[in-house]
Amino acid sequence: MTTNTPVQTGTVPAGAVDGDLLVVRDLVKHFPIRKGFWSKVVGHVRAVDGVSFNVRQGETLGLVGESGCGKTTTSRLVMRAYQPTGGTIHFRDRTQGWLDIPTASATQVRGVRRNLQMIFQDPYSSLNPRMTLLDIIGEPLMVNGVAKGSELQDRVAELLRLVGLHPEYMARYPHAFSGGQRQRVGIARAIALEPQLVVCDEPVSALDVSIQAQTLNLLEDLQARLGLTYIFVAHDLSVVQHVSTRVAVMYVGRIVECAPTEDLFFSPKHPYTEALLSAVPTPDPTRRGSRIFLAGEVPDASNPPPGCHFHPRCRYAADICRTTVPPLTEIAPGHTVACHMSGQLSLTGVHA
Amino acid sequence: MTTTASSMPSPVSAAPDPRAPLPIATPRSEDSKVLVASQWKLMFWRFRRHRLAMVCTVVVLFFYVVALFAEVIAPLDPNKVYNLYRYAPPQPISFLDKDGGFSLRPFVLGMKSSRNTETLRITYVPDPTKRFPVNFFVKGERYKFWGLWESDVHLLGLAPDAPANTPFFLLGTDRLGRDMFSRIVYGARISLSIGLVGVLLSLVFGILLGGISGYYGGWLDAVIQRIIEFIRSLPTIPVWMALGAAMPPKWPPEYVYFGITIILSLLGWTGLARVVRGRFLALREEDFVLAARLTNCSESRIIFRHMVPSFASHIIASITLAVPGMIMSETSLSFLGLGLRSPVISWGVLLQEAQNIQTVALFPWLLIPGAAVILIVLAFSFVGDGLRDAADPYGR
Repeated sequence: MTTNTPVQTGTVPAGAVDGDLLVVRDLVKHFPIRKGFWSKVVGHVRAVDGVSFNVRQGETLGLVGESGCGKTTTSRLVMRAYQPTGGTIHFRDRTQGWLDIPTASATQVRGVRRNLQMIFQDPYSSLNPRMTLLDIIGEPLMVNGVAKGSELQDRVAELLRLVGLHPEYMARYPHAFSGGQRQRVGIARAIALEPQLVVCDEPVSALDVSIQAQTLNLLEDLQARLGLTYIFVAHDLSVVQHVSTRVAVMYVGRIVECAPTEDLFFSPKHPYTEALLSAVPTPDPTRRGSRIFLAGEVPDASNPPPGCHFHPRCRYAADICRTTVPPLTEIAPGHTVACHMSGQLSLTGVHA
Repeated sequence: MTTTASSMPSPVSAAPDPRAPLPIATPRSEDSKVLVASQWKLMFWRFRRHRLAMVCTVVVLFFYVVALFAEVIAPLDPNKVYNLYRYAPPQPISFLDKDGGFSLRPFVLGMKSSRNTETLRITYVPDPTKRFPVNFFVKGERYKFWGLWESDVHLLGLAPDAPANTPFFLLGTDRLGRDMFSRIVYGARISLSIGLVGVLLSLVFGILLGGISGYYGGWLDAVIQRIIEFIRSLPTIPVWMALGAAMPPKWPPEYVYFGITIILSLLGWTGLARVVRGRFLALREEDFVLAARLTNCSESRIIFRHMVPSFASHIIASITLAVPGMIMSETSLSFLGLGLRSPVISWGVLLQEAQNIQTVALFPWLLIPGAAVILIVLAFSFVGDGLRDAADPYGR
């Protein structure tokens, strides 16, 4: 195992604290809406609209929000699967030092991708059904010139063992495996190059609940063994609470609150977080609290409301919320929130 | 699944060591062969379940074997004129003689000609007094197999003791007294190969233009799609006629043959291009393609290692479904006199003989090439159907 301590070169981005691995600032991604014969651009979906966060070495940053809030887009922007409309994504690469991913050259991106990998949501479509496990897991190693031939087979066997699959499965095709097993194959592929940061895009939401626990424990185990850092995208709050060191809550393309997991779950500072937490199902019927039902729908990301995006559904909205976008401000150490009223509100989190 | 975690209600509850190897699970099939089966094996297993398609595969293969070994299978020279037997009816191979006696060796009856006193037409009737046994692998007219080796062995023929010029016309003769069976066998060679060559040519155009269209997208895609729409909106027969007429009439038959295939594929590539484009568009969005891109796979590796294998089976199915169209097109062109012409023998050329009501009424055996066209077109369609159903063995 190579060391995960990065070389400190390149320009340290503004706002980076010692121990940061990824610094995202004002990230914006607008998808054009095209219509008609000439595909004229008639509007933009503001999928990600000014997102900033830091990821520290060795932690798991949970990224939660409803579907369509931009969390998957954010994770793919970090992977440079899309080119952002604006903003910076600085990554402290193990060999190249600090790099801005959107403006990095093709060669630099090739280097970054060895240290930045992704686990996909759908274990079915993310594995090529026409390749054996050896080909699938061995591909990153082969393409990047890490191993070939019998060495490649040995590495793949080792990786399979690491994710809890028999090495003899190497010759099999994905159709021989269940969803949970396939997801292990996807994890093995993601860690094959021993990356620094793994973006997990809802890695367990397509799995049976019974398999989710196994997979989450596997991810935690691998994190401890390989010193991985995770960005964990999910919509299931109990999963996020279980795995995350810190949690960022997204709503219509913006981060509304970001805090260490305990703080966020037990003393949320944003009304949206409060509503989200009240929707977490509690297995104990005697302790079911009052669920907050939000009025209205999630706004259309191509035409979001002015001011705070959440104000039409917010119980505490004041006039200022309708006109001014609340800045993300730190109200306690490591706890940032984007709400004008946060100082005056006392919100309920999950029951301890 | 026997792991204890499966009984836990919540994902946050503890599970045993996550790296403990999972029990060997075979969720799809008990058959361990399936687990290591490549897509082609899976496809073949699924295709095999499609009975009709299997039967039709045999039919198609049979036709192509006949076309390949036309010289051996045809009992007579297709261009040899038997003056005494014009418009002779088919002589069926029979096992039963006139008193119902059974003979193990098949035979054909001789033919008597007589002139109808009213219409003055020569008519042929079987002569039950003359029986000529039919043998396998007899020596007959000399030919050059594939233009390379000389031989005189024919699959079917009259026993050597039959007198010279004994009629042996299994499917009758045409206007000049040429053997229809031999002509159909030789015609299969041209008609069936035009189908394949034409489809292969249109596949080249189709994959190239459809691939560019689907993979790169943007304005290039728009331009190519508009061209395809334009070509598809052209009425085919007039365009064939124009292009067919543009071919110099003095061209030797080989040139005309390739001219026809090029004309057919110039108009026929659009369907395949659309299939290829559609597959590219669908695959571009697949997670496994993104995964490959994120692990630094080169564009060519993504295309040839991930995308092409994923749609190869669909292409094969589309090709199979496109071949009968090509065969039909060649037949129609030649039937209209715009494609191949005598002395080239193709099914379309043979059907030209059956263009008037007189032949259809009096000499219906001249329509047999049409039956051959119908049979091969149907067979190809069913094979294509079966392949299309089997093309994606991973459907969930």
